[in-house]
Amino acid sequence: MLLRQGWHIFQKDLLLEWHSKQVISSMLTFSVLVVVVFAFAFPPSRGITEAVFPGMIWVAFTFAGVLGLNRAFVSEKHQDCLMGLLLAPCDPVSIYIGKTLGTFFLMVVMEIISLPLFLVFFDYRIVGSVGLLVLIIFLGTLGFATVGTLLGALAANTRSSEILLPLILFPIVVPILIASVKATGLILTGSGQVEQLVTWIRLLVVYDLIFLIAPLLLFEYVLEV
Amino acid sequence: MSTRNKTLHQAAGAITFLLMTISIYMIFIYAPMEKVMMEVQKIFYFHVGVAWNGALAFLVVFVVSIMYLMTKDGKWDRYGMASAEIGLLFATLVLLTGPIWGKSAWNTWWTWEPRLTSTLVIWFIYVAYFLVRGAVAEYHRKATLSAVFGIIGFLNVPIVYYSVHLWRVAHPMVFGSTGGGLHPKMLHALIVTVFAFTFLYIYYMLKSLAIETSRRELENIKSVLRERID
Amino acid sequence: MLKILSLLIKPSSGKLLIDGAAAGDLNRKIKGKIGVISHNTFLYDNLSAYENLQFYGKLYQVAHLKSRIQEVLSQVGLNYVLHDPVRTFSRGMQQRLSIARAILHEPAILFLDEPYTGLDQNAIEILNSVLTRLTDSNRTIFMVTHNYEQGLELSNRVLILVKGRIAYATKTEGITSEGFKKLYRQHVGGGQ
Repeated sequence: MLLRQGWHIFQKDLLLEWHSKQVISSMLTFSVLVVVVFAFAFPPSRGITEAVFPGMIWVAFTFAGVLGLNRAFVSEKHQDCLMGLLLAPCDPVSIYIGKTLGTFFLMVVMEIISLPLFLVFFDYRIVGSVGLLVLIIFLGTLGFATVGTLLGALAANTRSSEILLPLILFPIVVPILIASVKATGLILTGSGQVEQLVTWIRLLVVYDLIFLIAPLLLFEYVLEV
Repeated sequence: MSTRNKTLHQAAGAITFLLMTISIYMIFIYAPMEKVMMEVQKIFYFHVGVAWNGALAFLVVFVVSIMYLMTKDGKWDRYGMASAEIGLLFATLVLLTGPIWGKSAWNTWWTWEPRLTSTLVIWFIYVAYFLVRGAVAEYHRKATLSAVFGIIGFLNVPIVYYSVHLWRVAHPMVFGSTGGGLHPKMLHALIVTVFAFTFLYIYYMLKSLAIETSRRELENIKSVLRERID
Repeated sequence: MLKILSLLIKPSSGKLLIDGAAAGDLNRKIKGKIGVISHNTFLYDNLSAYENLQFYGKLYQVAHLKSRIQEVLSQVGLNYVLHDPVRTFSRGMQQRLSIARAILHEPAILFLDEPYTGLDQNAIEILNSVLTRLTDSNRTIFMVTHNYEQGLELSNRVLILVKGRIAYATKTEGITSEGFKKLYRQHVGGGQ
């Protein structure tokens, strides 16, 4: 029941996005822009590229991701649509599920399109397993989307919400950043350090679990009118 | 302030003063001088003192945030704000004393040493706590949203420690850790210092709560007056 | 007060009883029986009329959704814009669609919060005709408005609230506009 309502909300947001394509286009543009700025900041020589690449792509993904998180709740402000949702026989948790799914989905689309572009820009060849890379991107994005949706809803109700969100989100997602960048680095270079990789993946999974469950319990407080 | 409160404040103040005095004596006279770093090493006692109590302060924020969400009683929010304020102050002190020690020990102001780095991230989390408070005008919204953030922030603390530690293990540093065992006298001084700072925390909490309570009382009086006049 | 009645927030004192039962336990079921029309339309600008109603219909688990959507749209006279995005609608049209949204799930209780704000004469007439038709069926309609002329015309009972308390309550039969103006001034104006 909760899931179904959440799914309806997800569908509605996808439909909205399909009509305007506003969020995905700004996320994509910003993500690529960040990488271009990196190219100017760290001229792509061989050594620098290898060192910087994993971190750079996650900076691009998270900065662009914040845009998506912002829009998730700001879109409900016009005509007080959020009130419409709260008045309906719809559990606040469904709203959380729907919004998280929406942001996660859009982020993944953005990442699937940007990553090949980044590989081209920096002439970077993936040595390791693409499957594992996909797993890391999945886990990292999930953790970002779950806690990000809770904090996005929190920030949406305040003044200067768009400035507030990155400031309160980034300290909280530091562990994901560390784990994702490290794991990505290990995978991209195909180094055989399986144990280390497993440790990072475990960290990501634990983070994802904690910050999937905690927001489920806290979300209704954030939405109180 | 009621008489009972006044006695409480005076008692806390007196104990804090006493413990601090003893602690300073123990640090500078009782404990032996460290061979390599000499006087600068003594900052270590303050560093650890505020670090432990900063962690205590943030734990208190976590607990009172949960209490506020469960009871909606404003007093928990006041405890939370006061504790977060002191915690942030202590965390700032950690970030200031750490580099002073580091410059003397390793000849650099900042290394990405795991505990200092974690403290830095946590410092940002509690700055964010105040940013959230600043962004909401209405009292109950402010209390609710900061309680939610207080809970999320604290849940993150152990994870931050763990992940920064792992991060550093992956890149072992040239500089090495804080060094070997403690002389027993140093340990005594350390324990007394930690408790001295705990009482300082309690004293600050009492004062901060008193100020906040007065502020709320003033606001209540204002709104009652407004209602009468309107 | 509408927020308490529409189960959005809990009352700070006293209890809320619906059909004799205390609100809170059966919240979700009761919410399904309430419809709300406010000066905000709760509609998504970039979705069409159909898409908006389809979304709300799914949330309220409305049966035979497609035909029901056609039904309410003809009631408010908006069939001709079925697939047009709401942002192209006039204010009156948006408010009418909001009414369609509110009655889609055939609620037993309807709350109206300043529904006449910004409406032109045509839209006011359509709103009134929809409301009159609704009062015929077995429904309770609760309207909050400063436009007491409209209110008096449509209602059986009237309440005046001052600072969150009921200051005056009576049946509307026989009250003239002038008479009500006096009562209103008496209770709200001097504010004793």
